[in-house]
Amino acid sequence: MAREQPIKVTVNGRTYEKIVPVRLSLADFLRDHLHLTGTHIGCEHGVCGACTISMNGRSARSCLTLAVQADGAEIVTIEGLRAEDGRRHPMQQFFLENFALQCGYCTPGMLMTAIELLRDNPKPTEHEVREAISGNLCRCSGYQAIVDAILAAAGKELA
Amino acid sequence: MKPAWFDYYAPRGLDEALHILGDAGQDGRVLAGGQSLMPMLNLRILSPAVIVDINRIAALNRLHAGPDGLTVGALVRHADLLRSPDVREGWPLLWEATTQVAHMAIRNRGTVCGSVAHNDPSAEHPSVLVTLGGTVVVAGLSGRRELPAEAFFTGMLSNALEPGEMVVEVRYPRQAAGTGTAFVEFARRLGDFAIAGAAAMLTMRDGVCKQAQLTIVGMGEGPFRVRAAEDMLTEQTLGRKESQHVFAAVAATAAAAVDPADDVHASSAYRRHLAGVMVAQALETALVRAGGQHLG
Repeated sequence: MAREQPIKVTVNGRTYEKIVPVRLSLADFLRDHLHLTGTHIGCEHGVCGACTISMNGRSARSCLTLAVQADGAEIVTIEGLRAEDGRRHPMQQFFLENFALQCGYCTPGMLMTAIELLRDNPKPTEHEVREAISGNLCRCSGYQAIVDAILAAAGKELA
Repeated sequence: MKPAWFDYYAPRGLDEALHILGDAGQDGRVLAGGQSLMPMLNLRILSPAVIVDINRIAALNRLHAGPDGLTVGALVRHADLLRSPDVREGWPLLWEATTQVAHMAIRNRGTVCGSVAHNDPSAEHPSVLVTLGGTVVVAGLSGRRELPAEAFFTGMLSNALEPGEMVVEVRYPRQAAGTGTAFVEFARRLGDFAIAGAAAMLTMRDGVCKQAQLTIVGMGEGPFRVRAAEDMLTEQTLGRKESQHVFAAVAATAAAAVDPADDVHASSAYRRHLAGVMVAQALETALVRAGGQHLG
């Protein structure tokens, strides 16, 4: 049985064909093989949320997904949030304006989670925001500013 | 690299998957949502020689609400249940419990059948399946078996699967008229593993409880059905006054029946206390939802 398999995966609109070890996580594939190091790795067992990416339009823990499972999938990472002309994604701008990051380690996962939340629920309550980001740990414990940023973005045009 | 080496198969059909699993025997593991298996591989708690990824078997991605009940195939994600108006309306206990499963990104990937097969003592789905009197359908090379939920769960992180078998679907019967349900759990952080929880189902007729099902979550051995408490509730009149008294007695009985271990998250005494609190809360909510409470 081959311990490596070919995969074809679209990441941030670009299609890659790579041969990967079957035990490689999607997180390590993104970081080490595609050099997209914006996806952070914290706990590597699904608890911290730092590695959250979008897979086929839904958030997923890239540390709990094998790269071979992403064969044929569409992935969006933090690097894919910027517009083609380099402008920040509106959610990134709201994070910036609300000082919603300190060390920045959790920020990529927080952004992916926040964007999915507002897509599914454009005007969440504060409780709903806190519930949505409960799977993303901020080691600086800077949650209040993150909640403020997401609430500021609620109901705004985020496309 | 985190996981130990394994041979990876991603079959397109169930028969092929069962052949690979059958050949692998004890050394094979099914990968569905991966939200429990992948952490165990990354931490090398498990190092199976063969991983059978069932995500490309379209036939297992079946969620069907019919007159006889609800069928949830092995690829149905928690998030799929939450998006189903049929589930929300017809199986409110299942829906309510699923809202409390972990976090959004986990619910997007994790499967109901995977949670059932994993049988984590803190997990929601095993207790819901027991409370609703559901069925686990398992398949292997030698054929299919249908197991009542209680026969499937055999202790902490254990189930009745034989080597080479896998869960292909779980089924939930429709609830009787006059039934109210509730699922409550307590965790230190929203979405974390529950320290304690309870699932309750009360079927009321003319203010009298005709059937009660009560299961406690998080006590160490998987879903814990409290039959003594169910017996106390059956044929009881549950008006506003009586119900407070009866539920307090039931909660005390339930708390006395469990034997949780101390761990880093909570002491045995605290878990036992919480079990009683969760039982009382679940019963009170279920009774209101059953519409069986005499408001006088």
